[in-house]
Formats: sequence, structure tokens, C-alpha cells
Amino acid sequence: MNIGAHYNYWVAIFLMMTGFYVVITHGNLIKKLIGLNLFTTSVFILYISLAKVRGGTAPIIAPGIEVYSNPLPHVLILTAIVVGVATTAVGLALALLIYDRYGTLEEEEIRLKDDSL
Amino acid sequence: MELIIDITLLTFLGLTALAINRIDKLFCVIMLSGIYSLLCASLFVTMDAVDVAFTEAAVGTGIATVLLLSTIGATETEQRSAPRRPLFALLVVCATGAILVYGTMDMPAFGDPNAPIHQHVAPRYVQQSQQEVGSDNIVTSILSSYRGFDTLGETVVIFTAGLSVVGLIGFRGMQKFGDRQRAAGITRDEMEQHLVLRIVIKMFIPLILLFALYVQFHGDFGPGGGFQAGVIFASGFIFYTLMFGLDAAMRVVSPRTLSYIAALGVLLYGGVGIATMLMGGNYLDYDVLRHDPLHGQHLGIFLIELGVGTTVFSVMVLIFFAFSSRKGLRQ
Amino acid sequence: MNHLPAIQVIIPLLCAPLCLLLRWRTGAWLIATIATWATFGVSLVLARTVVLNGAITYAMGGWPAPWGISYHVDTLSAFLVLIVSGVGALTLAFAYKSVQREIRPESLRAFYALLLICLAGLLGIVLTGDAFNIYVFLEISSLSAYALIGMGQRRRALRAAFQYLIMGTIGATFILIGIGLLYSLTGTLNIQDLAARVEMIPASTYGNHTLITAFAFLTVGLSLKLALFPLHLWLPNAYTYAPSVVTIFLAATATKVAVYMLLRFSFCILGQRFVFEQLTLGNILLLPSLAAILVASLVAIFQYDIKRMLAYSSIAQIGYMTLGISLNSHAGLSAGILHMFNHALMKGALFMAMGAVAYRTGSVYLSDFRGLGRRMPWTMAAFVLGGMSLMGVPLTAGFISKWILLQATLEAGWWPVTAIILLGSLLAVIYIWRVVETAYFNPRHEIEHGTEEAPLSMLLPMWVLVGANVYFGIDTSIPLQMAQRAATILMSGGTL
Repeated sequence: MNIGAHYNYWVAIFLMMTGFYVVITHGNLIKKLIGLNLFTTSVFILYISLAKVRGGTAPIIAPGIEVYSNPLPHVLILTAIVVGVATTAVGLALALLIYDRYGTLEEEEIRLKDDSL
Repeated sequence: MELIIDITLLTFLGLTALAINRIDKLFCVIMLSGIYSLLCASLFVTMDAVDVAFTEAAVGTGIATVLLLSTIGATETEQRSAPRRPLFALLVVCATGAILVYGTMDMPAFGDPNAPIHQHVAPRYVQQSQQEVGSDNIVTSILSSYRGFDTLGETVVIFTAGLSVVGLIGFRGMQKFGDRQRAAGITRDEMEQHLVLRIVIKMFIPLILLFALYVQFHGDFGPGGGFQAGVIFASGFIFYTLMFGLDAAMRVVSPRTLSYIAALGVLLYGGVGIATMLMGGNYLDYDVLRHDPLHGQHLGIFLIELGVGTTVFSVMVLIFFAFSSRKGLRQ
Repeated sequence: MNHLPAIQVIIPLLCAPLCLLLRWRTGAWLIATIATWATFGVSLVLARTVVLNGAITYAMGGWPAPWGISYHVDTLSAFLVLIVSGVGALTLAFAYKSVQREIRPESLRAFYALLLICLAGLLGIVLTGDAFNIYVFLEISSLSAYALIGMGQRRRALRAAFQYLIMGTIGATFILIGIGLLYSLTGTLNIQDLAARVEMIPASTYGNHTLITAFAFLTVGLSLKLALFPLHLWLPNAYTYAPSVVTIFLAATATKVAVYMLLRFSFCILGQRFVFEQLTLGNILLLPSLAAILVASLVAIFQYDIKRMLAYSSIAQIGYMTLGISLNSHAGLSAGILHMFNHALMKGALFMAMGAVAYRTGSVYLSDFRGLGRRMPWTMAAFVLGGMSLMGVPLTAGFISKWILLQATLEAGWWPVTAIILLGSLLAVIYIWRVVETAYFNPRHEIEHGTEEAPLSMLLPMWVLVGANVYFGIDTSIPLQMAQRAATILMSGGTL
């Protein structure tokens, strides 16, 4: 279990779990969305760490370079980044409207308002 | 040297993540999440993922931060409740993390050139994409041609986000913003008083738009492409809005027009595929677009990147307009 | 003709932006309806071709798999495509009047566009042969679903949509992690290629831990999406507060497609031997399925909001599907797959009846059902027949799938499970009977609404589904054969 070999992966996992923790524990809707962002971005770090080739360079063909890092995970993560921001945008739109109708962004207060009716 | 940069970045990422968890003031948290995105983008650069870094910086640091700030501008700026069930969450999180660490124990070492993923599908992309597709940027070849259908899906995702905002928030609220401003007697936006900002932004906006066009059309030769270009182009408009006011910006291009442009972008992308089907190839097979496969690939990639760029630009600006127009309601 | 798989997804996908371009509101409905009926037509031709000639492969962009994305349509995919597009077509027909009461007029064009995109996303998941493509189209359908739910009238719809967004995105990210781990082991994303390479990984050395972890994350992520107890928390609120049309569509399709994904990943990629014998997926699924059937049915009995009652009933029915899968036998698998079809028919009809009631009375509470048996005879009759299918009364479609499931559990010798299935049906009788009793056997409601029967445009799609319920309860040969063939394909690793 070579630490140097897997350091990247473990830090990525730590970051993922921090994001996951933020989503579960915090009641503020915006904090939840930021935690979700944290979670998904850390998954990207994991994927991109897989793609790196020691001694390689960016996968843009240039004369004289033989070794390139793997381009396929890059493509997948590009797509995933865009999907992530689209989700954040929809989540924020919902949060805005929730604030308009409930007057608060805290989950507990929202629940109380609904239950008291 | 690279290892030191790597470790430093990862450490800072960890600290930022922990700080995001602890801090209550939402404005600080949003700034920290922007910093987090930027650190990720730097990390991606050290790991040779330049296109990804570009997109993360533009989209994650740029757009996400802008949207978050607009939202707290229209709502509240401070988190009020304390974290609930911290122990249960810690348990779940540690269990999940442990399973993941267990799973990565067998994974190839970081940077190992003999890993399975470098032996199978990827070699063809690296060795033959330049002859088959004609682009120097392998990521663009895969994104636009080999896996072009995924990119169509991605464009539709962005379009869906735009549709969702239009369906949930609606055009009427946005257009009434101008009336509210005039009714309240606000004729000039407060930012207009900052002389330095005004002059600098006026100089920058054309450069930004030009840079966006450069990124759009040079995605074949360097990092770049439709997504990044669309976001940068949108940021030019966002700058204008910040400086001269939402009302003025909505007169330059109205939300309704933006929704039409977004729809047209998706139709352009999908339409290229339909054209290829009509010309005898499979869906999105650019080889048949011209007499010569390589020219066909170039034309196909050019058109779809254009579609992607227009949709991304219009949706980003549309969402920004929608969020900013809510600000007037709370004041 | 050979472009069918692509056309199947392209029609709804590209008609969505068209909906937005027209200024004329009815035009949006018209485009959406034409698109969904065309999609249904294509699905019929596609299913027929696949059943007669075997699986179809279609390379997007002309690049062969695994370098390009290819669509792979076998009997399981064709079966699901029929279900999803059929429900879509009928829902759009139903929608014309229903949305007039429930959606703001200026949001109508976006509404229809989102509905088409959701449909396209679900179809894309089912047809594709590429794992990452599944993720992209999963996000397409999920994102549009979040927005559609949020367009409900009450403010609780927003809360439900947000909750679904958070839980759904966590689930999707787990699925992404699973796919990433699988990719790191094999280097490919094409499902058939993945299956071949996963088999080559020797169990003892390199990669087995990663494989187990990938499986764990995929299963948890998919369980979130298919609302398997106890990860079902988003479903009751989402179905209850969404606009009627959205509930009809999602209840009949979204969770089934998630079950499809579970089947694809478990049987086709990871392999039946690995998943069931080594990792005992059967045991993992068994307890939550039984809990779903019992607990959800019990909770349903105590609901006064009938939409909510039907939502809990859906959770129970999903338990039946996963129970069928956990049996790890051909009969169990066929029962589970057939139940996907039958549940779509049942719940579609029931929720359409709810939509009609909401349209005429403006309420979905039990107390407001009083006397409806007289005032809305056709709607309530549809509800009764749909309810009978839910209970598993002979001559309805619901009976067939319960019957095959019982045969499968008896075959496996699982007596307690058999008892629980029967208990579940009994509980269904109770909660359906509550509504029937109130509608038919109570005196007239004090305030006379002057409610009349639902409009024809709503009754027709409703009765098509009810008719299908009865028809496929009497002559179930076509769906049953497709389900059995699909089960055979799955158990042989998806290579047929």
C-alpha cells in the first residue's frame, strides 16, 4: 500500500466525504447546494487522477512529444462538470422560489411552516 | 517539483473544504467555494487535463459563483440553523469513505502508464484521431466526434437548465423588473458611480468577447471549444449587466430572444445529425457531410461547436437575468 | 429503417426546443402530442423488429464501439421503450385540459418542452449500450423531472422538488463513482465490452476490491433512484405535489427505468454469478423489498390525501419488482419485468383518475370523494378497475404478475415471502376499498359542487389504460413472452 501512489485518491475521497457531510448535516438550502458541488467536484479529481500518465503531457498533439495523458476521462469529466453546474442552477432557482413562498431558506423553519398549517 | 505542487494544492483543497463546513456567513462560503473550484482547476492543470481545467475555471469558479451570489443577493446572507445529527452523518460519511478507500486499494498507482485504462480504448484516440478526425486537440476529437452523442446530451442538459428557470421563474417577472426600477425612481444603477470600474469594464468587454470567439474557433488546436467559449461570451454580458444595470442589458438582448437562441443552438446540433442521416451515414457521422471524410469532420465539428456555444451562452445569460431580476422584489 | 434506434430518441429530444420557439401555446401541445405519438409508433416498429430479428446495434457517429457510443436494443430495451413511449403518448393526450387548471399559462411551452426532454432522457437510458451515456441521459431525465415537479401549484411542490434534487444528485454521483471504478479496471465504457473485460479479471488478484466497491456504489445510487425502501423518502412528496400530468408520467416510467438500469448493470456488466452468488445481491434486495411491500402498504392505508396514498402504493409495488429480481430465478425475473409493464398500466390509470378528480373538484382528499361514484361514474369506474388490478383480482393485469411472482416464490420454497406477498395484496384491498366506499356508499356531499364527469379528452386515455389492464389480464401472451425473453437474455449475460 504505497502512500505516494494513492495519495491523490485518498485526498479526493476525503474531499468527497466532506462535501457529503455538508449536504447531510446543514439545513440551509444554499449550503446544501454548495456541499453537493463540493461532492461532485471531488469525484472529478478522482477521475482525472486516473488519467494522468507519468512523463506524459496534455493530450494535444504537438511535434516531438510521444507520451500523452489519457484523454478519455477528460472528456467524461468535461460533460460531468457541465451537468453539475446545470443542477446547481436548477437547485438555486428552486431555492429562490422557496424563499419567495416561505420567507426562509432554513429547512427546519420550512418544515415548521408547512406542519403548522 | 510537481509532487510538491500537487501535495500543496491538495492540502489547501482539504482546508477549504473544512472551512466551508464550519463557516456560517454564506458570502464567505461562496467565496471559498469559488476558491475551491480554482484550486481544482490548478490541480487539473498539473495533472495534464487542460481542457477540463479551463472548463472548471470558467464554469465552476465563474458561473457557479455568480449564480450563488445572485441568489443570496435576493434572499438571505447568513445561515441560521446549527448542523443537525452530526454524529449520524459522521457515521454515514466515514462508512462511505472507508468503502471507497477499500475500493481504491487495488487501483493502479497514480501515473502508472501500464494501467488498464491506458491499454484499451485510449491508444486509438491518441494514435489515430489526428488522421481520422483531423484535430490536434484529442479531447476535442473525442468530445465532438467519437463521443459526439454524449455532447449532444450535455447541450440538452444545459438547455434543460434554461428551460427550468424559464418555466419556474418565468419571463414576466423579468420584464417587470424594468418597470419596478422606473417606478422606484432608480434611473441609474449605483455601480455607474464607480469611475474606475466603468472605464476598465468598457475596455475589457470587447476583449472578452473577442477572446470567447478565439476559444470557440480554436478548440481544434488548443484547449477550448464550445462550452468554454459560451461561458466566456456570457461573462462579457454579465459584466455589462453589472455595470450598466439589468434594465439596459435586457434591452440589448431580451430574455425571450435568449430562449430562442438557446433552442436554435440545440436544433443546430441535432440538425447536423439529421443531415448526416439524410446523406446516408449514421446519426452524427460527419464523414458523409462532404466529399472527403476529413473535411466532413471539420465541418461537422465546426457546426456542432457553434450550436454548443450559442446554447451555453444564451442559457447562462438567461439564468443570470432571471436571478438578478428577483433582487428588485426584496428591496 | 436501420436508423430506428436513433430516431426513437431524436424525435422527442429535438421537438422540445421546437416547442419553445412557437409563440402559440396550443402549438406547443400540438408539437408535443405529435412527437410522443410518433415516438410510440417508432417504438412499436422497433419492438417488432427486435422480437423477430434479434438485438439491434447502432453506432452513433459511425464510430464502432468501444471508441464510439453505440445503441444496443434487445428485447428488454424494446419492452421498456414500449412502456415509456406508450405512457408518454397517453399522458400528452390527457394533458390538454389537465394543465389548464394546474400550470400557469406563460409556463406552458417550457412545461411541454421539459416533458419531451424527460421522455427523451428515459428512452436514451434504455436504448444505449454505453455506460457513461446512461449517466448523461439519466441526468437529462432527472433534471427535467425536478423542474416539472417544482411547477406544481402548492409551495410544497418546490420543497419536494428540492429534496428530490438533492437526493437524486447524490444517487447520480454514486452511480458516476461506480462507473468510474468500473472504467478504471477495464478501460472501456461500452456495456458489452465491459462485461467481457470484467469476466477476465481474476478474482484473487488485481481489481476485485474495486469491483465490489463499484457494485456497492452502483446499487446504492440506483436504489436511491428507484426509491427502494429505505431510500424512498423523496417519492411521496414528489408524486403528491407535482402537477397531475407529471405524476402520471413519472409514476409510470421513471422508477421502472431505474430498475432497468439495475438489471443492466447487475446482469450484463457484472455478471449473474458474481452479483448473486459472490455478492448475494438477492439477500441484499430481499429485506428492503419485503419492508417496502409491508410498510408502504400500511402507511398508504392511513393517508387522507389520495395522491399520497397512491404514491406509497407505488413504493410497495416497486418492492414487488425488486422481490422478483432478488429471487435469482428465471420465473422471478420474468415476474419482476412483467410487473414493470403492468404497474405502468395500473398506476397510469389510477393517477389519471386522480387527475380527472382534481380537475373537476379541485381536491384530492378522501372526504371530497363522497358521492363521486354518482357524479363522475366513468372516472370512478376507472379507479375501481385500476384498483382491482392493484389488488391482483383475476382477469386484470395485476393478477398475472402477482401470480407469476407467487409461482416463483413457491418454486424457491420461500413460504414466509409468499405469505407477505399475499398480505400486501390484502393491504391493497383495504386502502382501495376506503376510496370506493366513500365514493359509492356515502350520502351526497353537503356542498353540491355540481361536479360533472371529466371531459372526454381525459376519459379516453384513462380508459385506454384501463382497457389495456383488462385486456392484458385476459390475454397476457405478448407482454409475458417479452418479459420471459428479456429474463432469458439477462440470465445469459446480455449477449443474445
